[in-house]
Amino acid sequence: MKFNKYIVLVIVFFALVILLAIGLSLDPREVPSPLINKAAPDFSLPVLESQNPKELLQSNTNSKDNAEKVVNNLNNISPRDLKGKFWLLNVWATWCISCRAEHTLLVDFANKNPDVTIIGLNYKEVRGDSDIDSSKMSEETERSLADSRAKKWLVERGNPYDWVAMDLNGRIGIDYGVYGVPETYLIDKEGIIRMKHTGPLTPEIINSKILPTIKSLGM
Amino acid sequence: MKNRHQKLAIIVLALIVIAAVVALVLNALNSNIALYISPSDVKAGKYPNDKIFRIGGLVKENSVQRQADGVSVSFIVTDTNNEVKVLYKGILPDLFSEGKGVVAQGKIDSQKNFVAQEVLAKHDENYMPPEAAKALQDAHVEGVKAKYENQENNK
Amino acid sequence: MWIELAHFALISAMFIALFAGVISLVGAAKNKVAQMAIAKPSSILVCLLVSLSFAALINAFVNDDFSVLYVANHSNTLLPLIYKVSAVWGGHEGSLLLWILMLTWWSALVAVLSKKLPYEMLARILGVLNLVAFGFLLFILATSNPFLRILPAVFEGRDLNPLLQDPGLAIHPPLLYLGYVGFSVAYAFAVAALLSGKLDSAWARWSRPWTTAAWAFLTLGIMVGSWWSYYELGWGGWWFWDPVENASLMPWLVGTALMHSLAVTEKRGLFRHWTILLAISAFSLSLLGTFLVRSGVLTSVHAFATDPSRGLFILLFLVAVIGSSLILFAWRASKLQAQQSQNNPEKAISAFSIFSTESLLLVNNILLVVVCATVLLGTLYPLIVDVFNVGKISVGPPYFNAVFVPLMLPILLLVAIVNYSKWKQSSIMQNVLKNKLVIAYFVISLILAIIIPIVLNKQNSEQILLEKNNSILVEICLFAGIFLAINTIINTLIRIKQQASLFSVPMAFYGMQIAHFGLAIFVIGATIVSTYEIEKDIKLSAGESVTILDYTFKLNSIKIVEGANYSAAQGDFDLIQNNQVVNKLYPEKRNYFSSTMPMTEAAIDIGFWRDVYVSLAEPIDKDKPLDAWAMRIYYKPCVDWLWLGCLLMAVGGIISILDRRYRKGIVKQ
Repeated sequence: MKFNKYIVLVIVFFALVILLAIGLSLDPREVPSPLINKAAPDFSLPVLESQNPKELLQSNTNSKDNAEKVVNNLNNISPRDLKGKFWLLNVWATWCISCRAEHTLLVDFANKNPDVTIIGLNYKEVRGDSDIDSSKMSEETERSLADSRAKKWLVERGNPYDWVAMDLNGRIGIDYGVYGVPETYLIDKEGIIRMKHTGPLTPEIINSKILPTIKSLGM
Repeated sequence: MKNRHQKLAIIVLALIVIAAVVALVLNALNSNIALYISPSDVKAGKYPNDKIFRIGGLVKENSVQRQADGVSVSFIVTDTNNEVKVLYKGILPDLFSEGKGVVAQGKIDSQKNFVAQEVLAKHDENYMPPEAAKALQDAHVEGVKAKYENQENNK
Repeated sequence: MWIELAHFALISAMFIALFAGVISLVGAAKNKVAQMAIAKPSSILVCLLVSLSFAALINAFVNDDFSVLYVANHSNTLLPLIYKVSAVWGGHEGSLLLWILMLTWWSALVAVLSKKLPYEMLARILGVLNLVAFGFLLFILATSNPFLRILPAVFEGRDLNPLLQDPGLAIHPPLLYLGYVGFSVAYAFAVAALLSGKLDSAWARWSRPWTTAAWAFLTLGIMVGSWWSYYELGWGGWWFWDPVENASLMPWLVGTALMHSLAVTEKRGLFRHWTILLAISAFSLSLLGTFLVRSGVLTSVHAFATDPSRGLFILLFLVAVIGSSLILFAWRASKLQAQQSQNNPEKAISAFSIFSTESLLLVNNILLVVVCATVLLGTLYPLIVDVFNVGKISVGPPYFNAVFVPLMLPILLLVAIVNYSKWKQSSIMQNVLKNKLVIAYFVISLILAIIIPIVLNKQNSEQILLEKNNSILVEICLFAGIFLAINTIINTLIRIKQQASLFSVPMAFYGMQIAHFGLAIFVIGATIVSTYEIEKDIKLSAGESVTILDYTFKLNSIKIVEGANYSAAQGDFDLIQNNQVVNKLYPEKRNYFSSTMPMTEAAIDIGFWRDVYVSLAEPIDKDKPLDAWAMRIYYKPCVDWLWLGCLLMAVGGIISILDRRYRKGIVKQ
C-alpha cells in the first residue's frame, strides 16, 4: 500500500494535543504544597475582636458545644487550641475579589457541615490592599482598620468562620506558603495538614476533594 | 524535459527558502527568549551575564523608593528567602504595589542590582504572574526543607 | 422564570442540534430526502432557541437580576445601561453563549440563503454545523452554565471588570466571534465536500463568500481589539504579541490564505487539497485559540478565570473536531488524488506554470502558512519548554518582530505584482518588463522610501528619546508599502478606463484592490509609528509643561472628578502648537468603587498624521494626589493608519462578497 502522506498531519496534530494536555496538567497552582502530611506550622494570632462573630450574627448556634466556648474566650488562637478537631484554614481578605464568590460557598459549607471547625486566616487585610497606603500607619490604626473591614464583610456576607485570625503582616502566610488569596488548608485531629487548595473553592473542589478527604480520615 | 528542470528548480528554491526560514526562526528564538530566574538563584549567582532574563516574586513592603526625577524607582523583589534590588526608569504598571507579585525583565549590573527594562504585573488583582508564584513556591519548599532538616539535626 | 426558560431552551437546542446533525448526515450518506429535509428547519430552530436564551440573559442583566450567579458576578446596579448589555459577554460563560449565538446565526443564514446548493450538500453542511453547535452547547451546559441561580439573591453585583467598561468591549468580542465562528462555515463546506467526494470549482464558489465574510469580520474584530488596547490599556501599544492576540492572528493568516486559495480552486480547479486543508486549519486555529484563552495553559492579559475542567473539555472537543476531520481528510484526499491522477496523470502535476497568477497565489499562501507556523511556535514555545521541564521562559515581541516582518515582506511584493500576472500563463515577467510604468513606480517608491526616513529622522533629531536601530528594514518596509499602494491605485484606474464604465468592473475586483490598498496603508503606518514614535516619562506639577517636537503639553491643574461608578484624578492639559491651544486633554486615573484595581484612562488627540497621547501614572506622593504626578506622553505618527488599513481590508472583503457572480449563485455542473 502506498504511504499516505497526509497521515503525517494527523500525527503532528496528535503530538500537539499531547503537548497541550500535558500543559493543561502543569497548572502552577496545582503544585503540591511541601506541607502536605506535615504538622501545620504553629502560630498564635489575635482573633477578630468580637468573641465569636458567628454567634453574634447567627441566632441558632446552639449546636456548638461548651468546649468551643472555652476556646472562645481566648484573645489569641493557635493550632494547639484545635488539637482533636478537624479544621479548615481558609485564607481570605476583603480586597480579594475571588474571595467574594468563594465566601458564599463557604457559608453554605459551614451550615451543612457544622462539625468542621473553620478558621479564617485574614491575610494582610490592610497591607495587601493596593488602595491603601499603609506605610505610615501605626500598628494600632492598622489593627483597628483591619478589624472593622473584616467585620463589615462578615456582617454583609455572612460568617462561616468559628474564629478569624488576623495576620496583618502576612508573617504566618509565609510559613504556610500562601502566595495567592484565597487558599484553603485541611488539618486533621493530630494537627497534620492533609490537603491544600489554592484559588477559590468551587462546588467541585468541595465535593471531590474536601468532603472525601474528611471522610477518608474518619469523621 | 523542460518540466523536469522546472521542477528541480522549484525544489531547490523551496529548500533554500525553508533553510532560510528555519535559520531565521532559530536565530530569533535563540536571541529573544528570556529565561526566568528566581531571586534565590540570582543571589547564588546562577544567572546569565550577557542575556536578558526575568525575575519574579513579591515586591518587598516599604522598599519602593522614587528618585527626584519622579520616574526612576528602585524596589526589592523577594521570594521570602532571598532578595534582589531592582532599578527601573519608567512608569510602573497600574497593578504594581508593595506586597504584591511582580515580574521584571532585564539584566544584573556591576553593583549586583537588577536593572529592569520592563516591569510587569498581571491584569488581575488576585493571581500573581506565574513566574512570581513559582518563585514563592520554590522558596517555600526550600524553607520547609531547611526547617525540617534543622529539626532533624537538633534531635 | 425567564432564566429557567432560557436554560431549558439551551438544553433543547443541544438535543435538537445533536439529532438533526446525525440524522441529516446519515440521510445524506444514504441519500434519503426525508432525513436530509430535517437539516434546514432544525438549524433555524436551534438558532431561535439560542437567540431566546441569549435575550433572556440580556434581560437579566438589564434588570439587575442578581439571583443569577453570572449576573451577580459581572454586573452592578451602578453600571451604565450600555455596559450592562455588553457585560453579558464580559465573562467566560456569557462570551461562550455569544460564541454559540454567532455559530447558530451563521448556520441559519447558510440554511436560508443557500437555495441553489444541491440538497445533499446543504444537508451535509448543516449537519456538520449542527454537530459543532452541539459540541459547544454541551460545553456551556456542562462546564460554564450562565443560568445558574444563587439563592438567596445578593443585593448587589460584583461589577464588570473596569477594563471592560468601554464601548470597545461592546463590539470587539461580537466581531471577533463572528469571524472565528464564521470559519466554521468554511470548515463545514470542506468536510461536506470530503464526505461527498466532490471537490470541484462549484464547491469553491459556494464557499468563497462565506469565507470572505468570516475573514472580514475577523479583520474588524482584531482591528477593534487593537484600537481598544491602544486607548484603554493606557500605554500606547497597539499589538503586544500576547498569546491571545496571536490566537486571533493565526486564524486570520490562514483565513487569508484560504480566501486566496479558494479563488484558485474556483477559477482553475487547482490546489483542492490545499484549500480543504486550509479550511480545516482556519477553524481548527479558532478552536485552538479558544482553548488557549480559556484553559489557562498560557498566561495572558486576556485570560478568563481559568478552570482546568473547561480546558480538558475544549481539548477533547478539539480532538473530536479536528482529529476526525484530519483523519477524514487523510483518508479521502489520497483516494481523490489517486482518482485524479488516473484520469490525467501528467496534467495533475504540472497544470500551472511558474509565473502565472495561481503560482503567485500559491507562494503567498505558503508564506502565510509559514508565518502562521512561526507565530504558533513562538506562542507555544514557553509551554513546550515547560513541558520538557527545561525551565520557565518567555518569548517576547522581539522574536515575533524578527520573524514576522522579514516573512511578510515578500508577500507584500508579490501582492504588488499580482496585477501583472494572468491565470495559466507564465507572463508576469514579460508583462512587468513590457510595462515601463512599473519601473517608474518602482523608482518612485524607492525614492520615497529613502526620503521619508531622512525627513522624519531630521525632525526627530533633537529628541534623543528613542534609540531605534534605524536598520535598512525601515526603508524596505516603506518601499514595499508604497510600491503596493501605487500599483493598486494605478491598476484600478487602468481597469476602470478599459471597461469604459465604473460599474462594469466586477465588485470582486474593487474589493480586492481596496483590501490590498488597505494592506499597504497598514504597512506604511506600522512602519512609521514603530520607528518614529516618541515616548517621554516625566514628572509634572500644575503649571509645568513639556515639549515634544512642536507640541507643548501644559498641565493646568489636577483635580478629583466623580463618575457614575468611579472617582478619578483628572489632569487638565492644554495642547499647544505654534503658541496656540489646539486642544484640551483630560487624562484620568480612575478608581472604580467595586474594584481595587486602578484604571488609566489616556487622553488622546487624534489626527490623520499623528496622535498625541497623555497617560497619568501615579502621584509622586500618595498623600498629595493633587500635586506632582508621574506621567507618560507619546507622539505617535501615522498610528491611525493601522486601523484605517484594517478597515479598508474588511470593507474590501465585504464589497467583493457583493459581486454579482455570488448573488446569481447559478452554477453549471
